Amino acid sequence: ITFLTLNFLSSPAIQIRFILIQNRAGKTRLAKWYMQFDDDEKQKLIEEVHAVVTVRDAKHTNFVEVRLYACLSCLQFRNFKIIYRRYAGLYFCICVDVTDNNLAYLEGIHNFVEVLNEYFHNVCELDLVFNFYKVYTVVDEMFLAGEIRETSQTKVLKQLLMLQSLE
Amino acid sequence: MPAVSKGDGMRGLAVFISDIRNCKSKEAEIKRINKELANIRSKFKGDKALDGYSKKKYVCKLLFIFLLGHDIDFGHMEAVNLLSSNKYTEKQIGYLFISVLVNSNSELIRLINNAIKNDLSSRNPTFMCLALHCIANVGSREMAEAFAGEIPRILVAGDTMDSVKQSAALCLLRLYKASPDLVLMGEWTSRVVHLLNDQHMGVVTAAISLITCLSSKNPDEFKTCVSLAVSRLSRIVSSASTDLQDYTYYFVPAPWLSCKLLRLLQCYPPPEDGAVKGRLVECLETILNKAQEPPKSKKVQHSNAKNAILFEAISLIIHYDSEPNLLVRACNQLGQFLQHRETNLRYLALESMCTLASSEFSHEAVKTHIETVINALKTERDVSVRQRAADLLYAMCDRSNAKQIVAEMLSYLETADYSIREEMVLKVAILAEKYAVDYSWYVDTILNLIRIAGDYVSEEVWYRVIQIVINRDDVQGYAAKTVFEALQAPACHENMVKVGGYILGEFGNLIAGDPRSSPLVQFNLLHSKFHLCSVPTRALLLSAYIKFINLFPETKATIQEVLRSDSQIRNSDVELQQRAVEYLKLSSIASTDVLATVLEEMPPFPERESSILAKLKKKKGPGAVSVELEDGKERGELNGGGDRGGDAAIAASNASTPSPSADLLGLRSTAPVSGTTPSAGSLLVDVFSEAGPSATSAGVNDDGFLSSAPPTVASEDPAPPLPESDELLNKFVCKNNGVLFENQLLQIGIKSEYRQNLGRMYLFYGNKTSVQFVSFNTTVSCPGELQSQLNVQTKTVEPLVEGGAQVQQVINIECLTDFIDAPLLNIKFRYGGALQNISLKLPVTINKFFQPTEMAAADFFQRWKQLSQPQQEAQKIFKASHGMDTEVLKAKLLGLGTALLENVDPNPENYVCAGVIQTKAQQVGCLLRLEPNAQAQPGEQMYRLTLRSSKDTVSQRVCDLLAEQF
Repeated sequence: ITFLTLNFLSSPAIQIRFILIQNRAGKTRLAKWYMQFDDDEKQKLIEEVHAVVTVRDAKHTNFVEVRLYACLSCLQFRNFKIIYRRYAGLYFCICVDVTDNNLAYLEGIHNFVEVLNEYFHNVCELDLVFNFYKVYTVVDEMFLAGEIRETSQTKVLKQLLMLQSLE
Repeated sequence: MPAVSKGDGMRGLAVFISDIRNCKSKEAEIKRINKELANIRSKFKGDKALDGYSKKKYVCKLLFIFLLGHDIDFGHMEAVNLLSSNKYTEKQIGYLFISVLVNSNSELIRLINNAIKNDLSSRNPTFMCLALHCIANVGSREMAEAFAGEIPRILVAGDTMDSVKQSAALCLLRLYKASPDLVLMGEWTSRVVHLLNDQHMGVVTAAISLITCLSSKNPDEFKTCVSLAVSRLSRIVSSASTDLQDYTYYFVPAPWLSCKLLRLLQCYPPPEDGAVKGRLVECLETILNKAQEPPKSKKVQHSNAKNAILFEAISLIIHYDSEPNLLVRACNQLGQFLQHRETNLRYLALESMCTLASSEFSHEAVKTHIETVINALKTERDVSVRQRAADLLYAMCDRSNAKQIVAEMLSYLETADYSIREEMVLKVAILAEKYAVDYSWYVDTILNLIRIAGDYVSEEVWYRVIQIVINRDDVQGYAAKTVFEALQAPACHENMVKVGGYILGEFGNLIAGDPRSSPLVQFNLLHSKFHLCSVPTRALLLSAYIKFINLFPETKATIQEVLRSDSQIRNSDVELQQRAVEYLKLSSIASTDVLATVLEEMPPFPERESSILAKLKKKKGPGAVSVELEDGKERGELNGGGDRGGDAAIAASNASTPSPSADLLGLRSTAPVSGTTPSAGSLLVDVFSEAGPSATSAGVNDDGFLSSAPPTVASEDPAPPLPESDELLNKFVCKNNGVLFENQLLQIGIKSEYRQNLGRMYLFYGNKTSVQFVSFNTTVSCPGELQSQLNVQTKTVEPLVEGGAQVQQVINIECLTDFIDAPLLNIKFRYGGALQNISLKLPVTINKFFQPTEMAAADFFQRWKQLSQPQQEAQKIFKASHGMDTEVLKAKLLGLGTALLENVDPNPENYVCAGVIQTKAQQVGCLLRLEPNAQAQPGEQMYRLTLRSSKDTVSQRVCDLLAEQF
């Protein structure tokens, strides 16, 4: 049995709806979706996030509530906020419910970036391009099913190094 | 090309990625990709079996191509093959491809499930985690069917590795969210809750998300988590900054886990156990204390992590709303943040303070920050921060500061961003009316509002100002003068012209003595705007002109000239033409007396205290009420007060908001003001029905005639309710009339009507036999809690019911607050000497007190969003017991009492409804969504029903009631 719009407006319990890493030009370096969107919706979201995030500067907050004017996604978007942080030319964005804890996710992003930095020894955008399949592993170690899975950098890195050593 | 030199090279992949990056044009990129796709296709089709490494490399290239935005239509089988590899890297690429590319209803799921099954039972923690992550990422129903039984076992097994436990917990959470019916926690509940005690903080971090979700859906089953969460939190909060080693982040011990623990506690009321509560309060105090300590690091990460916990703690304090000391401390802390140099903190403080403002304990403390907040509204660079400041000003407004706040908001409106203007206008209008002591201030404010932001002023707002002016003769002259002055502006908003036309038409005489605003000057001023206005406004102006002829005979010739002109009397618009013709005739034929009668000053609009009970009480005194209630002539007035009141009430009951303004200009009924928040929405309702039902029922209570009727003599105890009485109750959820009960002897029919929080029910007892019933006696009782929730008043019936006769009983019901149970109706009588004793549930359900609310899609979703706390939502997924006929469904939803909103849900199969439940204590806004899966086979058709309201008990009850109807 499938409900056609199972995710529409509902389940306040899913924390993270998606994680996006984009550069200034709008190229996506990672897109991790925790709810079902069709391809057009994903594309629309990617563009929309880029549009709202890149116009903001250091005087702005790291949080944006967004309204979209596409059909399904617009309605969903009204419930959400984007929590983002810029590192050099890359924007790390997490989309969560409006009631979620802004600062916890903001630091969640930073924690993730520090792990990437350690794992790739001074991470740069190209690392994410060439090792895109490893980045997914890092994400799954730290965030799973839209929830924070592990927060200890030591534990995550130990696990990643162990996996790296496997054939 | 850093990656090539790094790690386990898939050299071919790195070369391919470099090639793509070096492409100078989109065409070149597509060419390169097509070449690669051809190459991979030939490899996959070739005779030579590929080794695992090549397969992995090609699948990974396909994935890369897909992520670039190109369709991939092959390679799935190769990816599935990789799943059964023994090598981690191959397996990982296989799982990754599937997680990213396979949508949940793919044919491949069965094949994948097989591989997952093998990995789950492999006892290799790395493989187990890969398999669990795949389930968590895909989360399809087929996967839930296959693994929902197995994963809880893995989660609680003693020998499971910690990292596997973490993945299993979140995997289970995903399956529960996607298919709650398949995840049965029953026997695992207690062991899952005890994961809060796990030594490994990572396990606790993951498991608590699962527990929070399960708790929000089944709070009772999981309530033992409260004390465990408190003791865990207490251990973290009291630990030194280095105690937790790996889990200390910039000198803050376990910030994310602390936040999650505090959030879990928000699923529950304050702990009942004094010791637990004490410990929790201590934790919250410690968190507040720590915010005052000097930072252990200058890094923003340190303060963010610390404040993440602080804000979550404040959310919990607000959620409890029972500790005045903590609430005030929270408010003071947020007050410090209001001036912090970090924009994030100022924003969050404004947001959080907004909820504090609504608590009686902290409202005053919030108010002390008014200057800072006004300053934020004026100076913040980020519009979202200004928006929060405006929200907070609105929330902290009361009689003492209304003038200041309204003035600031008005001046902000002059420069406000378009995105928030409409909301601001509404807020100003609501505050101005709510706190108006001095009505000239009110008139000034609304006219200013129209002047500054006329486009955003909805009809309700300007209707209301006219209504108030008409009802208050002390402000009429002032209003006429002010609107006359406002109309002097060369360009003024059409809404201003409407208000001007109406007010000068009624009260222009009050300023006509001044030669600067003589009748002719007034007329010329209005008429100078005429040609710039739309048809409805012109129609209104024509009515103003005929009123002028009545008020000022000296203008008659001029105005008749205007009416007679071709542009009026031959206007292509029928309405305008008709008005011009009729008014012209009226002015030339009718005598002055007739004209004066026709165009008499508008009588005051009824304030909506129009309840029959209040009226009766005033007129007759308590004793006569029951008799009067049965009087046919009076019956129509159940819905309204006086003569006009009745009409207004009926108009309002047809209209969406109970706003008498619907009636004001004889224009179409009004939709509720757009852009309101639910609270604002109900405020508005409040405003419009000021001193309405609450005053009435309060008055009624003073005299006590609505209190439950004293139980009449009953020699035998009432029988317990019939087993089928719940079913009988369900039959009447969506309808008001019908046969409630029937057996060999007796038939009970029912007719009922509801208005606001009052209801009247007629019961018809029919004797089906030819023998009389003696000692016929009926009582209605409210068991338990219901006694304080409903007032039910009945009149006793005659003790003799002749054979074949029918007797009638009237029951008056007043809903004091929301309720769950139904009143019990007990009927006793003797038939041929034998005592009959029947108890039934009276079909009085909470939905009967719904007032339908029409709203546009945007408002619906905004309100929906605002009701997003887990406890505000109730949801049920259930099998369809009847067909899914659209008309039948619609009829049921309308019968529920809500407004059925068209064109709101983007999926036309779904239904959304909105209504306000009226109780004496409060009004509870309620939003509903019903999603049928009509495509499914008969027998598998299901619904998902979601209710959101500002009160958890209401969401749940309406959800339960309605779920039985389909």
